[in-house]
Amino acid sequence: MSATAHLAIQNVTRQFMVNSRIITALQDVSLSVAAGEFVTIVGASGCGKSTLLRLGAGLDTGHQGEIRHRGEPVRGASLERGIVFQEPRLFPWLTVERNVALGLENAAVSKADKKRLVDEHLELVGLTGFAKAYPHQLSGGMAQRAGIARGLVNRPDVLFLDEPFGALDAITKAHLQGELQSIWSREKITMILVTHDVDEAVFLGDRVVVMSPRPGRIREIVPVDLPRPRDRTSAAFATVRAHVLQSLNGTTSARDPRPTPADATPVLPRPAPAIAVAR
Amino acid sequence: MSGTTSTALRIRRGITLPLLLLVVWEFSSRTGLVDPRFLPPLESVIATARRELFGNDLIFDLLSSLARNLCGFLLGAAVGIAFATVLALSPLAGRLVMPTFNGFKQISLLAWIPLISVWFGFGEQAKIVFVALACFIPVVLNTYDGMRDAPADLIEVGRALQFNARQRFWRIYLPSAMPAIATGIHLGLIYSWLATVGAEYFLAVGPGIGGLVIAGRERFDMAMVMVGVIILGLVGFSLNRLAATVENHLLRWRPPRAA
Repeated sequence: MSATAHLAIQNVTRQFMVNSRIITALQDVSLSVAAGEFVTIVGASGCGKSTLLRLGAGLDTGHQGEIRHRGEPVRGASLERGIVFQEPRLFPWLTVERNVALGLENAAVSKADKKRLVDEHLELVGLTGFAKAYPHQLSGGMAQRAGIARGLVNRPDVLFLDEPFGALDAITKAHLQGELQSIWSREKITMILVTHDVDEAVFLGDRVVVMSPRPGRIREIVPVDLPRPRDRTSAAFATVRAHVLQSLNGTTSARDPRPTPADATPVLPRPAPAIAVAR
Repeated sequence: MSGTTSTALRIRRGITLPLLLLVVWEFSSRTGLVDPRFLPPLESVIATARRELFGNDLIFDLLSSLARNLCGFLLGAAVGIAFATVLALSPLAGRLVMPTFNGFKQISLLAWIPLISVWFGFGEQAKIVFVALACFIPVVLNTYDGMRDAPADLIEVGRALQFNARQRFWRIYLPSAMPAIATGIHLGLIYSWLATVGAEYFLAVGPGIGGLVIAGRERFDMAMVMVGVIILGLVGFSLNRLAATVENHLLRWRPPRAA
């Protein structure tokens, strides 16, 4: 698996200076993602999951270690790596269709193809009737769908999603998760989704990466070998979810006995990433 | 409730006070409450307006003032937007120039008149420069603030989509600053009209509504002064309405305001 790794994150550490103190957001994280895989990353706030996502997408680059996408080191943003943020981040002065077209602004696509691609993607996310609407006329769920369409329209090789459904109500959320899954299985785009919702992580992921905070590390990677679309009410689903939850609870209780984050540095064996690479 | 107030009702409410003032004016001049030389009766103002309109060149005066206003406004607004854009998008230029500009804007506009007349003479050129200066200041301040407030999360989207500098400007900075720029232009339009009259007062007399008012004062013809003042007010009012209409059209992407 590691030989064909589509996105390879190797021994990545990311530190920030906060009030002249060094905060380690990520410590020695390794993860490799196969082409067409759906990986979800779950963890409590402050575990560095969004930092990891931003590094992978190339929006943040001040890290140690190596991130490679199709063998090429990631040194900045690229149209090959799309991103969907927690907030839809639509441009309020553009209509929905022009917002989606922004994703093609710098793509080598003819004008006619642009129009066709935008229309196709509006249809894909069910916004065809709202092409001419302005963002303030959309509900939260519709705006997020437009954000997803913008991330997808350029056909990125990998799509990074940073808690894309975090701000939505439960019903809209469940609906969009289903839609995202069907888009993924139809389009075969590699997806990496960060969430704090265990249910969402298990529902969508081929593998669920459980992260623990202070400093952010991968605690465990849980494979989800359930047929899709998954039934949230099935016993198998509940078992996996319980496993992930237990692992997550371990991350929060394990935090307290540990005296300071600095003492955690010399801990050498890091079994979880090793398993992930060897999977 | 106020949201459902009809346009007709709003207009009726808006003209209540002007009508009342007209009644008080007419009443006090008819009853001899005030000296008609200081406050001429309505009919003599109307007669003077007719005289100026048909006998003299009121229309030409008005067009001269408007042309002056428009030239100065366009010059000030265009230079102002360009100047503020450079200051806002280049941190170094902003830090170098903004403190000086903030001091500069505190200087009363009228204080520039002697300098402007020395540099540009007393003719049309000097008046237009003065009007442009009056428009320039609010346009620069608002454009600068608007561009500096461009949302960071959209700039990051631009980064993810590989925007170049040109795309960042046209797609993010300019449209996000648009409400602020519109406010600046709106203020600039009002200031430039005030400055047009000021220029006509303080620089050499030429055709224009300001000239009309000065002529009225010199002849102690208060009816003529009144005609000039009323026209100045009406033009100012119309420019304000025009600016508001253009603003609403340009900013139609904004959610409707509650008020």
